[in-house]
Amino acid sequence: MFWQMVKGALVRQKGRFLLIALTVALGVSLATAMLDVAFDVGSKVNQELKAYGANITVTPRGQKVLKDVYGVESAIGHKEYLKENELGNIKTIFWTNNIVAFAPFLESEWSGADGAKIPVTGTWFQKSLKLPTDEIITTGAREMRSWWHVDGAWPDDGNEKNVLVGAKLAAAMGCKAGETIAVQSKDGASESLTVSGIVSGGGAEEERIIAPLSLVQRLDGLAGKVESVEVSAVTTPENELARKAAANPKALSQREYDIWYCTAYVGSIAYQIEEVISDSVAHPVRQIAESEGKILDKTELLMLLITVLSLLSSALGVSNLVSANVMERSRELGLLKALGASNLAVVLLVLAEIFTAGILGGVLGYFVGIGFAQIIGETVFGSGIAVNAYVVPIVAVLMTAVLLVGSVPAVRILLSLQPAEVLHGR
Amino acid sequence: MSLLELKDVSMEYNGKVLALAHINLSVERGDWMAIMGPSGSGKTTLMNIIGCMDTATGGSVILDGVDITHASRPELTRIRRDKIGMVFQQFHLIPYLTAAENVMVAQYYHSMPDRDEAIAALARVGVAERADHLPSQLSGGEQQRVCIARALINYPVLILADEPTGNLDEANQNLVMQIFRELHEEGHTILTVTHSPEVGAAAEHCVIIEHGHMREQ
Repeated sequence: MFWQMVKGALVRQKGRFLLIALTVALGVSLATAMLDVAFDVGSKVNQELKAYGANITVTPRGQKVLKDVYGVESAIGHKEYLKENELGNIKTIFWTNNIVAFAPFLESEWSGADGAKIPVTGTWFQKSLKLPTDEIITTGAREMRSWWHVDGAWPDDGNEKNVLVGAKLAAAMGCKAGETIAVQSKDGASESLTVSGIVSGGGAEEERIIAPLSLVQRLDGLAGKVESVEVSAVTTPENELARKAAANPKALSQREYDIWYCTAYVGSIAYQIEEVISDSVAHPVRQIAESEGKILDKTELLMLLITVLSLLSSALGVSNLVSANVMERSRELGLLKALGASNLAVVLLVLAEIFTAGILGGVLGYFVGIGFAQIIGETVFGSGIAVNAYVVPIVAVLMTAVLLVGSVPAVRILLSLQPAEVLHGR
Repeated sequence: MSLLELKDVSMEYNGKVLALAHINLSVERGDWMAIMGPSGSGKTTLMNIIGCMDTATGGSVILDGVDITHASRPELTRIRRDKIGMVFQQFHLIPYLTAAENVMVAQYYHSMPDRDEAIAALARVGVAERADHLPSQLSGGEQQRVCIARALINYPVLILADEPTGNLDEANQNLVMQIFRELHEEGHTILTVTHSPEVGAAAEHCVIIEHGHMREQ
């Protein structure tokens, strides 16, 4: 009987209930789109934030000690290195998904054909790396130096003969992309290299050769060794706890330590990198980390505000429609009270009608929202937004809240509705 | 003991408008009483008080041994549901439910809806064949008979009818009055509010109210 009454009311007043469903659909669609974007915005904004470069640099521990104690980079004839084969471990830390990219660097100095010294940096350009988890990722300088402009082509990590030459160096040497240059390593080994591209970026790269890491390692006799690693990670803006940990991690209580370790502060990510790269020190570049975190937080806050506002407007719309509906049907609802229906029974009946319309609108809104999210993704980030399963329960709870809040004025009308007033007039 | 007893019942709105003044009334089980009076005389107010839809501001109302004067709203709802069957001038059927379903609504809020019982009630007033029709597909007389079937379905101790023939043509008026006569013969207690002399004359007892005061019994 209850559902017959609900169905009857829905069918008879389908125009009104359709409007309620559409109002809910609008709110839910915006909420779904914003939440989907908010959940995925981290990885999307990461791509945009790569322009900031690394926010963590990893160097050998011994080198840092020398610098801290003696103020020099290396002892005479001795230099510390990191192991190249451990670099994949960076993608196995607790915050692995927050590691956007990383690239190793090995500095050297070669001689040109005229005997002039040429600074050289060995790195991965765009290396496919098999992780200990058997996952394959692609990372390197091309990911980390998105602002570099290469006139020509990026070298292939698999081809040791191809290098990038800085724009200023190329001008001094009088070479162009596609030409061959002759270089000589510190040990006197000669090598003929092809300039695959001329790189410019406004920094030190314009005055040096950027070569495949394996070439620099071979010519300098440093197989499997790297001097530093730059890591780009998505981080949470630092707070008191993060600053306390940065000052002295041992000062944290166990509970504080657990919270710090399980939060994507740049310090905790750096700490976790140190755990997986032997004899290393990871230094957070705090200005960059802070800026990235703040941009992400602000973007997410914006999404949240839009979600809240869209749901509020939806609740207002539902409230108006439901109140009008109840006032229009006051005789019918008063009659139910006259026939012996309790306030609760009448309220439940009206809520069942509203929720039936609302659920239909909510389901419609969810799928429309996924569409909106894809449009936002394509328009703003140039790629689709991942559909997140967590959005479904969140949207369901928000929709319930919208319907309940929107129903409050109608419920108040229902509770004050007296059958004598609406059936006979008093 | 009377089924319904009103002692010195008064009704004031906002402490200014006196709708009823010192009404004393007694209805025995099986009685058919008509309350008559011109528009604005207070008869509908009296009906609302007896029908547990309003509360008198003075005096006491005893229905089937229960003093409803000081009953709370939920208690009034329960008494209305269990003891009173209502027939309205404007029928007040739910437009999107069939005749049978309209009868079953009263069952639903009382106990359990039972379609067979609802059809039997419709048959009792001669509209069983219209059980699956919507109110909009029924004539005024048929709608009023569905309304009477709904009033009877929970075996009330008192049937309250507010201008039951007010919206009907003569033929349907006679039909409805015949049903009331039969119900009276079966022993139902009926209280009719009307300004129609014919309806008033059909009742066993007649009370006239003018300007909130009872003039005759």
